[in-house]
Amino acid sequence: MNAGQNLKMVKNALGREVPVEIPGLGKFEPYVSPFDYLGRALFRTQETRPIRPREPRHDKVTDDIRKAVERSGLENGMTISFHHHLRNGDAVVPAVLKALSEMGFKDLSLAPSSLSDSHDMVADYFRNGLVTRLFSSGARGEVGRAISAGELDIPVVLRSHGGRARAVEQGEMPIDVAFLAAPLCDKYGNMTGSGGRSACGSLGYAQVDARHARHVIAVTDSLTDYPLRPRISVPQYLVDQVLVVDSIGDPSKIATGAARISRNPVDLRIARNAFDLIAASGLLTNGCSFQVGAGGASLAVAAYVKDYMKENRIKGAFGLGGMSGYMIEMLEQGYFEAMLDVQSFDSAVTDSMTRNPNHIEIDASCYANPFNKGCTAHNLDIVVLAALDIDVDFNVDIQTGHDGVLRGAIGGHPDTAAGAKLAVVVAPSFRGGVPTIKERVTTVCTPGETIDAFVTERGICVNPRREDLLASARAARLPVKDIRELKEEVEKLTGVPDPPEFDRSRVVAVIENRDGTLLDTARAVGPGPGRGLV
Amino acid sequence: MESSDCMVVVAPAESYSLEYGGQNEAIFGRRTERIAREIAERRASGRASVRIQDRGALEVTLRARIETAFERALEVEKEGEVAR
Amino acid sequence: MKAAARAEKKDEKKRRPCRSMLYMPGNNPGMMQHVPAFGADSVLLDLEDAVSDREKDAARHLVSRFVGEIDFGDTLVTVRVNGADTPWFQKDLEEVIPAAPAAVRVPKCHSPEDVKHADDLIGRIEREHGMLPGGVKIHAMLETAHGIEQAFEIARASERVEALTLGGQDLTADLGVQKTRDGVELFYARGRVVMAAKAAGLMAFDTVWTDIDDMEGLKAEAKLAVQMGFTGKAAIHPSQVEAIHEAYRPDPKELRRAFRIIGAAERAEREGKGVISVDGRMVDGPVVTRAFSLIGLGRLYGIEEEEDIR
Repeated sequence: MNAGQNLKMVKNALGREVPVEIPGLGKFEPYVSPFDYLGRALFRTQETRPIRPREPRHDKVTDDIRKAVERSGLENGMTISFHHHLRNGDAVVPAVLKALSEMGFKDLSLAPSSLSDSHDMVADYFRNGLVTRLFSSGARGEVGRAISAGELDIPVVLRSHGGRARAVEQGEMPIDVAFLAAPLCDKYGNMTGSGGRSACGSLGYAQVDARHARHVIAVTDSLTDYPLRPRISVPQYLVDQVLVVDSIGDPSKIATGAARISRNPVDLRIARNAFDLIAASGLLTNGCSFQVGAGGASLAVAAYVKDYMKENRIKGAFGLGGMSGYMIEMLEQGYFEAMLDVQSFDSAVTDSMTRNPNHIEIDASCYANPFNKGCTAHNLDIVVLAALDIDVDFNVDIQTGHDGVLRGAIGGHPDTAAGAKLAVVVAPSFRGGVPTIKERVTTVCTPGETIDAFVTERGICVNPRREDLLASARAARLPVKDIRELKEEVEKLTGVPDPPEFDRSRVVAVIENRDGTLLDTARAVGPGPGRGLV
Repeated sequence: MESSDCMVVVAPAESYSLEYGGQNEAIFGRRTERIAREIAERRASGRASVRIQDRGALEVTLRARIETAFERALEVEKEGEVAR
Repeated sequence: MKAAARAEKKDEKKRRPCRSMLYMPGNNPGMMQHVPAFGADSVLLDLEDAVSDREKDAARHLVSRFVGEIDFGDTLVTVRVNGADTPWFQKDLEEVIPAAPAAVRVPKCHSPEDVKHADDLIGRIEREHGMLPGGVKIHAMLETAHGIEQAFEIARASERVEALTLGGQDLTADLGVQKTRDGVELFYARGRVVMAAKAAGLMAFDTVWTDIDDMEGLKAEAKLAVQMGFTGKAAIHPSQVEAIHEAYRPDPKELRRAFRIIGAAERAEREGKGVISVDGRMVDGPVVTRAFSLIGLGRLYGIEEEEDIR
């Protein structure tokens, strides 16, 4: 572990210290405001990638991972990427990293679209020097702990899904070799996620990497007749090799059972309050668009929205984002014209795209890249988002645990918050005895100026920037509370927890805003207060 | 034990000690120490070893559970004395 | 000031409507800490049936601390203690009363003596702790045939009694009958409890609907309770609260008339007239009283003046 990095730091517009340059990563600019980038000059154009034409009937298939790696031209110091559509069931990252390690590779940049709970072993490859740089949407479990302990010399770059698509398309993060898990694939590399025994639904994150990586390897356990039909997520002309393996993952962890609506009365109260605010906003009208996650209170919000749409005969234009079975049900029952799916959440959606023509696969750039010619998140009316912590300025932390250790994922949170007309963050006012509202969140992942309201079981806090929304909420007699008042109300119950201790001299990660500017810096978790016997 | 609760075990000891474990040990260690010590002093002149496994208990819950544990421990002690 | 607010200021018998009373197991801090979120008008923190014998002490400490230290917002807080025939009754009261709940529910009231016994004990504890005498009310729970037959005497046994509550589960057992979905076996008991409570000027709470998955059954039973004159109904799960509140939603026609009645009452007062007339007809005192209470109820549904009625 290296001591003091002596990075030059500046304060960004949120008052957060961020580095201006990181050795091994390059220069950074501090965050200014959500759409500051619109006022700037033209950005760098897209990086073109080298094309190596192939002869007719070129054989792309191999079952030898080492040969595939050798043919890819991978060298020490290069960047490899993966998608995380196989969620907690992914076996491709572990298999590839194991092979690369055995082949003696060193000093690679790992750039998955995100890491899940099944990727604890990545920490081992920090330790043996295979991976020296990490670019991800999230870091959980052992990986989060290793990063927060300062085990990587070069700070990790954490970005949103839209921010990653931007970085890839802009050439800011060139990918040398993309290892793309392909649940169903033919011998020429046409692939889809809607089929095969490891079906995962949308391949929205993989599509961006397939278009921009210098070399693309489809990794499959279900090789099917050529041509793949009827759906192709990534076409053959983007794929260099097809690597056939025994298994790309554990189907039971890839496609978990359909998420159920919570019966937890606290979640239901949160959902009810959130729905009431959405209804009061006046945005639930014909042609509306809506995004909601699959967890806790979120799905229950969707259920209330559905009842309202039914009662008032409203038909929405589209649902967006990570897609749950519940949203597909709403599509099939006619509540929305279409579902735009960048990532499918549960088993209920894996074959829906073949069944439902209006269940449309979109890639991560189309979903949320702020620098393309128009992403879907920017056309969104309503989004309901989760949070670990929020502060009195509405800044959201979706990355840091109460102990200061990185444990979450940014996902599409900042993208949809910035793009939606109404961004509602839902969370219990306290969890496990710990209050959710902080004076200052540990790590800003989504800037408060893009959040319109924070909704808990104890009331609704409207961002003072949204006077119109506050007036609507009051007119509808909703339980509106000032966020500081709610904070104090909750702290009367919970007390104020001690903040985790950090080694301020040691930057372990930077949080990029979607436009590439830096929102915040994560530090190494310091020698905490005494544990065990006091 | 349910979440939002804690389990407290108290045993007589020469001097006060606290073993505090659970998800909030890093952020509520000092609070728990203050409360446990105060109750131990009042209930047993500090001659107790206290073990707390915390699953996210509020302060009010923590206090109630510690008081109950002390009360039960003192009852056991009393019964023991009667038996002797 | 809006009409309903004016009416409430003038309503001498004003008592906050208590439509729902939500049971919470007394040894479950995870539930009790969220009381304000459930939206019930009142809660009942239960030391009796919801707590095993081994945990009576733990629950007692927990409940008394919660009642004494936690801000429950607008929710009225009551505690059900163990029965007078148990070794916990006195300890429960001694620890719970100083925390000053709005009321304690005394289970298994067979006769006025049971209430007097509790009243004496509570009074003594209040004095010992320098509390306002009579501040903690009694909700007498009637759950035996004998108790039902003594309903009025129990209601009048002490000034402290504020409500009669029907305990349907124990009563059906005592009657040797089964609880049915439409509750015909409880019809007489319901009528008797309501009548006694009203005769004594008390609140009356209906028994719980135990099948939390059967919302339709709950709605029907809540409607019945409203029709029979119960001022509130117990709930065993937060999901039941809304259905109970819906059952109490005032009828729009009746509420409109109530606004006209209090409007006429205000006019009569201004003009110094002793007689109130609405739609050309004279209105009696009890009707005016009923109008006041309806308007108080309407406020809970966001109705402050006639135009708010949909």
